[in-house]
Amino acid sequence: MTDVPAPAHAPFRLSMLVNDRRYRSLTFQVIVFILVMAAGWWLIDNTIRNLALMGKSFDFGFLWSRAGYDISQTPIPYTADDTHLRASVVGLLNTLIVAVLGCIAATVLGVIVGVSRLSKSWLFARLMTVFVEIFRNMPLLLWILIVYAIFTEIMPPPNAYRGDDPAASMIFFDHVALTNRYTSIPTLAMTNDPGSLDLGARITFNWATIAFVVALVGGWFIRRAILSHAQTMQDRTGDRPVTWWKNLAVMTVPSLVLIWVFGLHFEAPSLQGFNFTGGLNVSNSLVALWLALTLYTAAFIAEIVRAGILSVSRGQSEAAFALGLRPNRTMNLVILPQALRVIIPPLISQYLNLTKNSSLAIAVGYMDLRGTLGGTTLNQTGRELEAIVLMMLTYLVLSLIISSGMNVFNARVKLKER
Amino acid sequence: MKKSVFLGTVAATTVLASMAMAQEGGATLAQVMERDELNCGVNTGLVGFAAPDANGNWTGFDVAYCRALAAAVLGDPDKVSFVPTTGQTRFTALSSGEVDVLARNSTWTYSRDTDLALDFVGVNYYDGQGFMVSRELGVTSAKELDGATICIQTGTTTELNLADYFRANQMDYTPVNIDSNAEGEQQYMAGACDAYTTDASGLAATRAAFADPESHIILPEIISKEPLGPAVRHGDNNWGDIARWTLNALIAAEEYGVTSRNIEELVRSSTNPEVQRLLGTTDELGAMMGLDAEWARRAILANGNYGEIFAANIGEQTPIGLARGLNAQWTQGGLLYAQPFR
Amino acid sequence: MSDTHAQTVPFVRDTMLPSAAPPIRESGAVRWMRENLFSGPVNTILTLLGLLIVWFLIATFWDWFAHSVWNASSLNECREIITATWGDTARGACFAVIRERWNQYLFGFYPRELYWRPTMTFGLLMVALAPVLFSASLTIRRVVLAITAVVTLWAMVVLGAPVVWLAFAVLVLAGGGYLSERNITWLLPFSALYPLLGVWLLWGGSLWGPIFVLVGPALGWVAWRLLSRVSGLLATVAAILVTLVFWMVLAGDATGDAERMLSLSIESVRSDRFGGFLLSLTIGVAGIALSLPLGIVLALARQSDMFLIKSLSVIFIEFIRGVPLITLLFVASLLLNYFLPPGTSFDIILRVIIMVTIFAAAYMAEVIRGGLAALPKGQYEAADALGLDYWKAQRLIVLPQALKISIPGIVSTFIGMFKDTTLVTFVGLYDPLKSMSDAVRANIEWKGIYWEPFIFVGGIFFLICFGMSRYSMYLERRLQRDHR
Repeated sequence: MTDVPAPAHAPFRLSMLVNDRRYRSLTFQVIVFILVMAAGWWLIDNTIRNLALMGKSFDFGFLWSRAGYDISQTPIPYTADDTHLRASVVGLLNTLIVAVLGCIAATVLGVIVGVSRLSKSWLFARLMTVFVEIFRNMPLLLWILIVYAIFTEIMPPPNAYRGDDPAASMIFFDHVALTNRYTSIPTLAMTNDPGSLDLGARITFNWATIAFVVALVGGWFIRRAILSHAQTMQDRTGDRPVTWWKNLAVMTVPSLVLIWVFGLHFEAPSLQGFNFTGGLNVSNSLVALWLALTLYTAAFIAEIVRAGILSVSRGQSEAAFALGLRPNRTMNLVILPQALRVIIPPLISQYLNLTKNSSLAIAVGYMDLRGTLGGTTLNQTGRELEAIVLMMLTYLVLSLIISSGMNVFNARVKLKER
Repeated sequence: MKKSVFLGTVAATTVLASMAMAQEGGATLAQVMERDELNCGVNTGLVGFAAPDANGNWTGFDVAYCRALAAAVLGDPDKVSFVPTTGQTRFTALSSGEVDVLARNSTWTYSRDTDLALDFVGVNYYDGQGFMVSRELGVTSAKELDGATICIQTGTTTELNLADYFRANQMDYTPVNIDSNAEGEQQYMAGACDAYTTDASGLAATRAAFADPESHIILPEIISKEPLGPAVRHGDNNWGDIARWTLNALIAAEEYGVTSRNIEELVRSSTNPEVQRLLGTTDELGAMMGLDAEWARRAILANGNYGEIFAANIGEQTPIGLARGLNAQWTQGGLLYAQPFR
Repeated sequence: MSDTHAQTVPFVRDTMLPSAAPPIRESGAVRWMRENLFSGPVNTILTLLGLLIVWFLIATFWDWFAHSVWNASSLNECREIITATWGDTARGACFAVIRERWNQYLFGFYPRELYWRPTMTFGLLMVALAPVLFSASLTIRRVVLAITAVVTLWAMVVLGAPVVWLAFAVLVLAGGGYLSERNITWLLPFSALYPLLGVWLLWGGSLWGPIFVLVGPALGWVAWRLLSRVSGLLATVAAILVTLVFWMVLAGDATGDAERMLSLSIESVRSDRFGGFLLSLTIGVAGIALSLPLGIVLALARQSDMFLIKSLSVIFIEFIRGVPLITLLFVASLLLNYFLPPGTSFDIILRVIIMVTIFAAAYMAEVIRGGLAALPKGQYEAADALGLDYWKAQRLIVLPQALKISIPGIVSTFIGMFKDTTLVTFVGLYDPLKSMSDAVRANIEWKGIYWEPFIFVGGIFFLICFGMSRYSMYLERRLQRDHR
């Protein structure tokens, strides 16, 4: 690609814009820029004219008016009297909840299945293959609907727990009740409630939560200090001080003290009236959506994990065995660190897919961002342009955050080539 | 080359499908005439109101209105293209001109009439929101539903009514949001909710299809007014008139005893001046809206008068078995009251 | 004495013993089970767990499947038959709904007497795909084309296709088979023409429409030839302009006039009759076919040195990949009317295809970018060394190889998109999974039927997607071998 430099004194002619390599790309870019701008202007102009024709305006004011509808799962306090904005935030939080839970569970299940497919147990490995193929090759929407339907059909209704000889009984020492509406799990309760920190907008954090977070984060930092101290001692003297009990202590003792101070205990749900109260009722729409997303994405992650493990050449594991490493240590110390480099990039896109796929929540009536802002709010206010633009931007920001966060992680595990 | 072929395909599709149409405000009638077809927005599938059968032919209460309108305007009840719309796309489909009239059991409310720029042309079904519960629950009134779990379709006015009703009565409830009527039935049957709430007509239709309808009761409280009716766009009053008076013609026909069976005879022999004007034997009422004199005759002939449509699609003889109730003629103690044809 | 003798004389075997059967633990099924099922405590547990899962699945669902009813005209009739045959408490599947409504799950509301047309269209699709997807191996091509021919012709006969069209299908299939035996690349013109043929067969109308669509580029080519002596750039611009002007100004009227002179039309079917798998396949295939050229352009733009081009393409790709498909479908159904000039409004299926195309193009661009990146740098350098300009280098050297490497990825993208076509239910189109089932349930006879349609539709999705994914894996393995 060595360009023969043009004589410096060559006068500029118009045809050089097309024929001269130095100017051609510039010309081309300018033309494209003009075309893109023109297209953008055309779209915006059309939108403005259409809005005028329909007598509508582009105005986000509707976000501050009363929503008027109830949401079944509210991570922050919300009633029908709140604004559409707050309803949208509730929806966004619900999206985040199912996405985070789904990513964690899908990763765990995907790794298990992916490794199991390489298992020596013929039957189990085949079964896992069947699992992967079945879930990968049918639409997610089908799985969401099926899992939800299974939950409602198989689980007993709450009133099956009623009476002296109930048809159903709670599991985990009478602490968890599976019903066809929700899974009722115990909540944490305190006898000495220290009150809450009010962040405004009726968002509160209990001081106890903050105390636990501080204790855990502080403990983690102290643990790091202890470990680095042990390392320097080892480097200097060759003897590594015993650290495990110190680590255990800094991580657990503060929390145990806090539990005792606040009088933390589980409060089991109990049946009152129509429903279980006292515990936390996790709605089946969340559980079903979460499960379906998990199963579907896990099938893809399993393939990624399997491909990653297979990509590590056989010599690596043979060398590890020759060194006398046991199979699980071979896996942990030799194969997985190398496989991770292959696994992580496609894993990121699976996380992104899961987050985006959570927008199918509406099929089971889980009120996520698409169900609140892009569903009921859009429908009640008729502001489709604003609602959809806002919704797309939110998803976009979410995706960008996930992918940039994971890219940072990827850069850390990547092979450092020097 | 390849790309241009593909582009060409798009162009060809546009041409072949010949769906492209230009529309400016105020000329819906002309467009419909030119297209020789009425685009009618209906539900994607609701028992008794609009549903395609095994051959793709649409039937139902709302569908019958569309057919009557097509017969009035175009002379043929089959010149209708049914555009299935969801709860979310229905009003946009109307305001963007994708459909000429929306007959999708939509409630006539203040904000829809004003803010969404729709014109409801009348009421073809007076509905109200009710509750259905299982008989074994032992509940006899909606006031006893404090703390209940209630299945509700998202994105409808019922969602707002429910919230209002429980607030007004200082009761608590847990909503189970569902996407479609079919999901709702399935949830309710499995006991995932104590009560299912939607329009009373929908409840009746749902209950009728259960294996044992007797073990479910519809509670007496009707917590909202749901006047369902066809809607058209703001700004085209002539088209609005045609839609309104087609509906009125169907209602008035029942009032005057004009049915699809005796209509030909009445055209010849009726002495009632109101009937004569309705059927276009005297006065040229049709011309005032840009139609011919026999428009109402054709509309009634398409599926019969309001009473016949009701009986054929949702009446007591059908599996849905709805009583006329509020939807009886005003002379029979109902609310149906067609404005005079004069 | 004899004992001693016996011990002192060494034993010499002069004949071979007959080989003994291996110990029972080391042979046949037992050995296989020992090695593959119970080779250690962990594996034994896993195997038992597997058995437990299988047993649980069979125990839960077997009687439901065993008690299935295939002949009934309503759900209540099904229930009565089940109660009458297997007793009061029996539960059973009512597959009669599939028997009654299978046609709607497959064809939507397409006119019954024209079912052969989509069938033929998708049969011929396999012929058109042969030079693209099945170019690698003659055996596969033979198998695919033979199966296609048999299935298509059988289905067309069953669905009552007219003899003329049967003859046409036989002709195309036989021609495809012949060319695929001789030289598969000769089929490429058919592949290029197939989109027009497919559109015409599916939607019907006048054949003059596609013909005049073709005339546009032909005129453009003539213009290019005439002007290319003068200036390459001018010729290209003129060619594009001529094509566009012809399409926009003349093609519509010309079609009408030609049709009046010589009618070449088949019964036209409107988009709103499309539904079920016909809709899914149409959207899927059209989306992929249209997104391929767009994806190539985007991928090349993303690799480009020009800052503006590169950033525009990155923004576009990342934006599309960052939002869920369902929001794009909402744009198609709710917002496109805002973005187009007031008064334009066109077919919702076309709008959905456009948005799906844009969506797929972003993913396609990434797949093709992977193919471009996988190409050894030497190929680019060799192209430069030969003095080829950018477009020639791409056309002759880079893209043919990069696209070939990308085929498995493209097939995977198609599988993903085909599955995602079920989302059109949220904009009121009749996808086979949800909307069609809801529509069937909206008839009083089938109200309340739930699982059977899911099983039927899920099964078809599985067959199609599984088949394609296996094929793409096969291609992948083949490509890997080629590169070693």
